[in-house]
Amino acid sequence: MTTVSILIKRNVKLFFKDKGMFFTALVTPGILLVLYATFLGNVYRDSFSANLPEGFVLSEKVLDGLVGGQLISSILAVSCVTVAFCSNFLMVQDRANGTIKDLRISPVSSATLSISYYIATLFSTLIICFAATAICLVYVALVGWYMSVADVLLLFLDVLLLVLFGTALSSLIDFFLSTQGQISAVGTIISAGYGFICGAYMPISSFGDGLQKVVAFLPGTYGTALCRNHALGGVLAQMQEDGLPAELIEGLKDLLDCHVYFFDEAVSVPMMYVILGGATVLLVAAYILLNALKKDA
Amino acid sequence: MQNIIEIDHLHKSFGEVKAVQDLSFRVKQGELFAFLGINGAGKSTTINIMCGQLSKDSGSVIIDGVDLDQKMSHIKCQLGVVFQTSVLDAALTVYDNLESRAALYGITGEAFESRLQELATLLDFADLLKRPVGKLSGGQHRRIDIARALLHRPKILVLDEPTTGLDPQTRKTIWNVIADLRKNDNMTVFLTTHYMEEAAEADYIVILDSGKIAAEGTPLELKNAYTGDYITLYGVDEQAVQSLGKPYEPLRDAFRVSVPDTAQATALILAHPDVFVDYEITKGKMDDVFLTVTGKSLTGGDEK
Repeated sequence: MTTVSILIKRNVKLFFKDKGMFFTALVTPGILLVLYATFLGNVYRDSFSANLPEGFVLSEKVLDGLVGGQLISSILAVSCVTVAFCSNFLMVQDRANGTIKDLRISPVSSATLSISYYIATLFSTLIICFAATAICLVYVALVGWYMSVADVLLLFLDVLLLVLFGTALSSLIDFFLSTQGQISAVGTIISAGYGFICGAYMPISSFGDGLQKVVAFLPGTYGTALCRNHALGGVLAQMQEDGLPAELIEGLKDLLDCHVYFFDEAVSVPMMYVILGGATVLLVAAYILLNALKKDA
Repeated sequence: MQNIIEIDHLHKSFGEVKAVQDLSFRVKQGELFAFLGINGAGKSTTINIMCGQLSKDSGSVIIDGVDLDQKMSHIKCQLGVVFQTSVLDAALTVYDNLESRAALYGITGEAFESRLQELATLLDFADLLKRPVGKLSGGQHRRIDIARALLHRPKILVLDEPTTGLDPQTRKTIWNVIADLRKNDNMTVFLTTHYMEEAAEADYIVILDSGKIAAEGTPLELKNAYTGDYITLYGVDEQAVQSLGKPYEPLRDAFRVSVPDTAQATALILAHPDVFVDYEITKGKMDDVFLTVTGKSLTGGDEK
């Protein structure tokens, strides 16, 4: 095993052994689950039913599939980023408790340490988020399955991209933190705030015009839209097959954030991948640059 | 003996605070070097500069013949550091901790297993390998800290208050291990401690005060320069002690007379053979040296 792989093993072990970090990582998805189970699920179900054309009836299974798709896309969109932040807390914790001194008195380079934190966070977050994706798919299968194999594979790709993005974003922000208080503050802000701005708690389409324009500048928005497209594409196609007019389906896609607009310009799915992937590359590059600029051995 | 650490005109400030001012000293290979001072005297700043954790403002630091500004990675390989408070991962086992720290020096696989066995034998922790570090006792913890510092066979072992808070038996065990390392591997030990009896065992001592060297020398030189001798007299009455005309203090079953040096003690004994029937002469202690030099005393980590 190489130095990097042993350090990655250390970081991953510490994350899963630290019950505080592990359970904090699961708080946000848990909140969403409770929100949907107790409140939002019924609101959305009633809203969809009320807005159907007069005389048109959707089966319970399709409605459940629609609400289920929205639930899992919300959970995955928000979890990939918040779990990454919690996993990456180890980097700050090492600074706060002085462990970093022990690592940095050795001839190991800053780049090696940084890469080990990044890959370990990526690995821990992917384990949790892929497991969450599998659980979400089982849930959708139970309430109303309309996803194709391609949808499932693309949803996993979305999760992978969002985790890469979340890990890069958290690495960059955590680079500037050095105390437990700062960790707590950032954790609270990310857990509470990211769910809203990425459209997990309330659809972005329900935001005011100004806020929608601001949110269009955030790469995470396109991650949410990708999850929505692949979690809801099948059930929306089924609704169209069942006779719902195409204009109404397009309206629903707007309402559910499958469509995202950048200053009134619809952003295509391939472009969403480009934006999310590009933002990730930029963030990783900035993180590497910051570490390289630190005084090295 | 050649110098393994050479520090010249070292300066370091934090804003208005001058942590280290024009510090110059030498440490010879294989010696036990004690670096003393109250908290805030500049010890940790100097050690952090030597280990590459802090940048210096000016001056030069040469370790093992290499300038700190030129090849820090070489210097880092020559230094093993035992921090005042352990910085190992409490949640991980002893094995996992040592494996990850060895990897920092490129020691992996069989090389690591082999070194681990050597250290486990030397420091007697083979039965602790699977236990989480956070569950170890203070003495066990310290042995693992020392093992971590020795993983890469450093030439210099930096011990930052290594025995603070440990029981006498564990302190003795740790000092025995350090003595073996010096004897068998000619390892240089750079020690900071608040226990003056440990400092008294050093080959050379530097006492820092407010970032400057207040005194330096061998323990004998320091005692001769900064303390007098004591003659403890047994089986005499106070009147006889008073007749000596020297300052004294009564003890439970004796009197302790202070004299400036051993020569005067000898002269006093020869002049009063009737008084000096049962007596012993002792040098002043390192506590007295420290008190005289800095005006402060060190007791278990606190300034008094």
